Amino acid sequence: MIGIGRVGRLLLIGVPFLWLALFFLLPLLIVVKISVAESVVGIPPYTPLVTRDAAGFKLQATLANFALLASDQLYLRAYLGSLANAALATVLCLLLGYPIAYAIALARGARRQLLLFLVMLPFWTSFLIRVYAWIAILEPNGLLNEFLIGVGLIATPLPLLNNQFSVELGLVYSYLPFMILPLYGSLSTLDESLIEAAADLGARPFRVFLGVILPLTLPGIAAGSLLVLVPAIGEFVIPDLLGGPDTLMIGKVLWDEFFNNRDWPVASAVAVVLVAALAVPILGARKYLDRAQAA
Amino acid sequence: MALLEIVGAAKHFGATAAVDGVSLSIDRGAFFALLGPSGCGKTTLLRMIAGFEAPEKGRIVIDGVDVTALPPYARPVNMMFQSYALFPHMDVAGNIAFGLRREGMDRQRIAVRVDEMLGLVQMTGYARRRPHELSGGQRQRVALARALAKMPKLLLLDEPLAALDRKLRAETRIELVGIQERVGITFLVVTHDQEEALSMASRVAVMKEGRLVQIGSPSEIYERPSSRFVTDFVGEVNLFEGELAAGFNCSTLAVAGFEPIPLPPGTDLLHGTAAALAVRPEKLVLSPAPPAGFAIAAMVSSISYLGGGSIVHLVASQGRTLKAYLPGAAAARFARGDAIWVHWSSEDGVVLTE
Repeated sequence: MIGIGRVGRLLLIGVPFLWLALFFLLPLLIVVKISVAESVVGIPPYTPLVTRDAAGFKLQATLANFALLASDQLYLRAYLGSLANAALATVLCLLLGYPIAYAIALARGARRQLLLFLVMLPFWTSFLIRVYAWIAILEPNGLLNEFLIGVGLIATPLPLLNNQFSVELGLVYSYLPFMILPLYGSLSTLDESLIEAAADLGARPFRVFLGVILPLTLPGIAAGSLLVLVPAIGEFVIPDLLGGPDTLMIGKVLWDEFFNNRDWPVASAVAVVLVAALAVPILGARKYLDRAQAA
Repeated sequence: MALLEIVGAAKHFGATAAVDGVSLSIDRGAFFALLGPSGCGKTTLLRMIAGFEAPEKGRIVIDGVDVTALPPYARPVNMMFQSYALFPHMDVAGNIAFGLRREGMDRQRIAVRVDEMLGLVQMTGYARRRPHELSGGQRQRVALARALAKMPKLLLLDEPLAALDRKLRAETRIELVGIQERVGITFLVVTHDQEEALSMASRVAVMKEGRLVQIGSPSEIYERPSSRFVTDFVGEVNLFEGELAAGFNCSTLAVAGFEPIPLPPGTDLLHGTAAALAVRPEKLVLSPAPPAGFAIAAMVSSISYLGGGSIVHLVASQGRTLKAYLPGAAAARFARGDAIWVHWSSEDGVVLTE
């Protein structure tokens, strides 16, 4: 590094660290603190961590909330349900996103810019409104059913809304751009002469894809999958608006604990376990990406 | 019979013709160089042979089989890329074995062939290295080994030495020729470096603006260039532009500001034809006193010492500059500002009308 000196370097690293400490670590610690408290009626609706009486300071922490998560099947099922939904959405995003990203990477000049613009266009509208729009499309007398009945393909409306299908559709729709962009990044920097070299050495197009293109875009696949999987696991809006009674996702459970049961300690415990569980795939992928970068 | 036969190949990029009706035949076992400045279409022609560019017109025939419509993976040629294009996610052995695996060769034979190839390019012991762990010269060897591993009928080399430093380039040139002789595969190398083409190839084709301008042995290209472009592109040259004047027993060239310059015997052109006389710098003879016969008076303007010899820059009448190459320490006799005489034997000049 040139010319910024020791102080400059400290400042450069220090500012984002401070930011993360203030807006990520501190709130997380507060959540951890609440997760070991007991629920009470009052404001705030939980017991303080440290109390003071005649005998002095007393630490008041309990793992009862975590014990509840372990004992009640509902939570485990919600975690697994979230994971299953998010994993399926990730796979579908990958299968859909790869060809799209490839097509964008193959396009040249203005065409490429246009395609990239189209991928990012949905971000111009509120996420919430876009999910609501799906309700209008999928509901029994919504656009899609009306159209299918109108052209005579079906007689009665299909159950498209408030089930697994609509949740999965919502997840894939919402998170597809987060898969496409890192894949595009990987594919557009792929050296074209490698593809030609593989063809020159006798590899047919599919073999070129399996042997050269796919392995060299693994970092993009890992990054895109992470960007879809992690937020999709904690997703609340989509299962709440598009899901049905059978949709069990941890984000919705979390919301219910906070706002319907007003049980902040249990809700916090749910959140702490979720963060801990998400850290595993993130750290795993990080390690892989670092190795791939070093190579 | 020729191994490679190109008949009337043409390809445009937009309005410009990259390859403009090229016909070329290359003999089996030849070390053929396609020489030209950047943008002359030589790389496009090479890519047509490999199958990466489809010609708009013409045919490409390899060993009697018309491959014009075949995809790259079905052609009996392999290419060594200018960037080497080694697969970064495979080790050296994996790179060399890639083409063999596509052929469906069994594991044992692949292992034997990979070892053979590593030996051929003197990279034994590097089988497990990744490309990013190799130096530029080592990568070049691996790229060559990979392209040779399938024993193609024709090996295409796109600027094979361009990425190497000067010293390594000179050594590798000799090695490439040695390897070509040992494996007996026909080599077609594309280069913009005339020294490279002349020193390695058994035949050279010079290309300009999508067309072939001259094909011949390296010495024919250098000693008997067919046009001003070739003389100028291949090596250094002193060019005298003028008009032909028929003389007594030999023709001369009338050049403004000079005595009539005698042309090589046998020059058979009409009086008044516009022509150029090309004389290579090493053909010029410098002497302090006027010699008998034709000579040009000049002044030494600078001397560049090259180690094995020197280039003497001269200024003649009307500010015309000339270059003479003197081997060894011969230039030590002269100093800047010396008035001297330049001459050459008339058969060392080449008359050009194109």
